[in-house]
Amino acid sequence: MLLLLLGIVLLHVAALVLLFVSTIVSVWTTGETSSADLWINCTSVNGFHCDPASTGEWIQAVQALMILSIIFSCLSLFLFFCQLFTLQKGGRFFLTGTFQILASLFVMSGAIIYTVMSPEWVPETNSFGYSYILAWVAFPLALISGLIYVILRKRE
Amino acid sequence: MLTFLALASVVLLGIVPEQSQAIVIYTGWERHALVGSDIRLSCSFFSWRWTSEDVTFSWTYRPDGSRDSISIFHYTGGAPYVDNKGPFRDRVEFVGNPGRRDGSILIKNLDFNDNGTFTCDAKNPPDIVGRPSSVRLLVFEKVPIQAGVITGAIIGSVLGLLVLIVVIYYLMRFLVARRVFSLSVSKHGKKKKEGSQQRQLWTPPLSPYLPKRTVSLPPHPSLSLVCLSLSRSLFSP
Repeated sequence: MLLLLLGIVLLHVAALVLLFVSTIVSVWTTGETSSADLWINCTSVNGFHCDPASTGEWIQAVQALMILSIIFSCLSLFLFFCQLFTLQKGGRFFLTGTFQILASLFVMSGAIIYTVMSPEWVPETNSFGYSYILAWVAFPLALISGLIYVILRKRE
Repeated sequence: MLTFLALASVVLLGIVPEQSQAIVIYTGWERHALVGSDIRLSCSFFSWRWTSEDVTFSWTYRPDGSRDSISIFHYTGGAPYVDNKGPFRDRVEFVGNPGRRDGSILIKNLDFNDNGTFTCDAKNPPDIVGRPSSVRLLVFEKVPIQAGVITGAIIGSVLGLLVLIVVIYYLMRFLVARRVFSLSVSKHGKKKKEGSQQRQLWTPPLSPYLPKRTVSLPPHPSLSLVCLSLSRSLFSP
C-alpha cells in the first residue's frame, strides 16, 4: 500500500518536474547558433547575448497555458495530500484527478498551439528543442497520473 | 548666534556644488507611433534660476544607423524656427510653452524614414550647463501588443473562473443547508398546531439532492466528504 502511494506521488512529482523544466528553460526551438522561445531568444553569433522573445499573441498564449498547467499540477499535489488525510474509506480522489487532468490538457493545448503557430516566427532551418519535447512527454504522464487518481479508491 | 547662522548659510550657498545648478532636461525615453499619425515629442527642463527671456530650445534628429545629426527646430529670442529644408520640412510645429519651460514639438504624418533619435537641448541663461536628453522614435505599421498582456489575461481569467466556481459551490451548499434547516422547523411547527387527530396531508417537499436524515452538517466538512455523501445518495444501490 505504501509502495503504491509512493509510486503515485513519484509519478506526479515527475510530471511536475518535467513541466517546470519545460516552462523555465527557454529552448523550444534550436538552430545552429541560436535557441529561442518561450521567454528569451539567445544567439551565440558575435558573442553570446539574449533578447526577450517576440511578443506575438500565440507565444503569449503558450506561456500562459504552461504556467497554468504548473499551477494546476501543484494544486493537484496539494489537494492529494489534503484528501489523503480527510477522505473516508472507499472514497475516490476526484478533485485531485480533475486538477491533474486539467493540467495535462493545458500542456497539450500549449504544445499544440506552439506546433501549429511557430512557423510564423521561427525560420525553416530551426528544429524543435528539448523543452518542447519535455512538454510533450509531460502531457501523457500528467494524464495517466490524473486517471490513476480518479480510479484509485482510498483504502485503510 | 545669528551672525553665526548667517555666516554658515552664506558659506553653504557659496560651496553648493556645480551640479545642483546645472539645468536638467526631461524627454521621454522611447515613443511608439503608427505610420501616418502625428506625434508630440515633449521636452521640459528644471533649472534653479527663473525662466529667463533668452531661454532657447533646440531639437536635433539622428536617423537610425547614422552618425550625423541634423537640427530640425530652434527656439530663441521668443520665436520658433522650424525645419524648412530638411526631411521634416512643413511637418514640424512648435506646441510648447517656453514660459512654462515646455519645449515640445509636434511632428505630423510620420513615415518609416523617421525612425531615429531626437535630442532636445534647452538653455536657460545664465544656466547653460546641462546634458541634452534624447527620445527614440519607433514607427510601426501596427502597434505591437506588449509582452505579458495576453499571458496575464489568460492566467487571470482561468484562475478567476476557478475561484468563482469554488465560491459558487460553497454558496450553493450554504443556501441548501439553510433551506433544509427551515423546512424541518416548519414540519415540527405544523405537527404541534394540527394535533394528533388530523392526518398530515401535506409533507414538505424534500430536496432530492440531500440524504433524508441530515439536518445538521458536521463542522468544517472537507469538500471530499460532501462530494462523497452527495455521490452516495445519488448513486446508492
